Amino acid sequence: MMDEIASHIMDIVANSLTAQAKNISVVIEKCVDGPLLILDIKDDGVGMDNEMAMKVQDPFFSTKTGRKVGLGIPLLKGTAETTGGAFSLVSEPGRGTQIRATFNAGHPDLPPLGNLKDTILVLAVGNPEVNFLFRYKNSVKEFILDTAEVKDLLGGVPINHPEVISFLSKYLDEHL
Amino acid sequence: MNLEELKKIRERAQKDVELRQKQARIRVVVGMGTSGIASGAREVLKTFVEEIGRRNLTDVVVTQTGEKGLASREPMVEVFEEGKPVVIYGTMDPEKSKRVVVEHIVNGKPVSEYAIEAM
Repeated sequence: MMDEIASHIMDIVANSLTAQAKNISVVIEKCVDGPLLILDIKDDGVGMDNEMAMKVQDPFFSTKTGRKVGLGIPLLKGTAETTGGAFSLVSEPGRGTQIRATFNAGHPDLPPLGNLKDTILVLAVGNPEVNFLFRYKNSVKEFILDTAEVKDLLGGVPINHPEVISFLSKYLDEHL
Repeated sequence: MNLEELKKIRERAQKDVELRQKQARIRVVVGMGTSGIASGAREVLKTFVEEIGRRNLTDVVVTQTGEKGLASREPMVEVFEEGKPVVIYGTMDPEKSKRVVVEHIVNGKPVSEYAIEAM
């Protein structure tokens, strides 16, 4: 198990990056009218066929050479199902992959959401060539950060420039 | 504070070449596989990112990569500098990361006690 939902996000997004995704969307939604917490991560990477999509859910399968385990997806699936939620993975070669995990927010085994701010900051800034669309929604607010929009506003200034890093850090502190 | 304020950075970049370009003298790569994340790689990456912001290190770029292959030494960090051999740090944490920023990245002296042998 990962300590935080945010760690699962880092982990699944790492897969998307390995799949050479250029656009990744991460949606976290705490439902207003029920105990459901939804995590939805979608990428436009290389995708996988049905056989591969089944294999990646097996903890004893890994795409890394020399590795005997690939735990990221099975861990997320396990957390979702343990807390009374569900897991689905949809993928198409050449189009990308979408992973959706739901959790029962009231379940005692559900890890805390964790540090979303840091997660968003390091993903946006550590992968400047990739566009991220982050969306966090709960009963009191909705937060959206589209790094394509950020880069647009910046003109040619790189998103990982120290001044931009400082700005984004404060912006996340204030709005998320 | 809203995103529109980014435009101020853009306006200043019209006059300041340094803002527009970012020559990377040093590249810091943090391994971000599942076991790395479980042992704190994100916090290590965050520390490097934060220090770059705080210290205005315009010639340093930090990125992430996948599994590094040495689960017992994660989180791992590689520091690439042109003309110098790569330095690979193991079992990193935020405190060690700050020390690497100060001693290695800013002052040019790798922290040998954190480094692992080249494979």
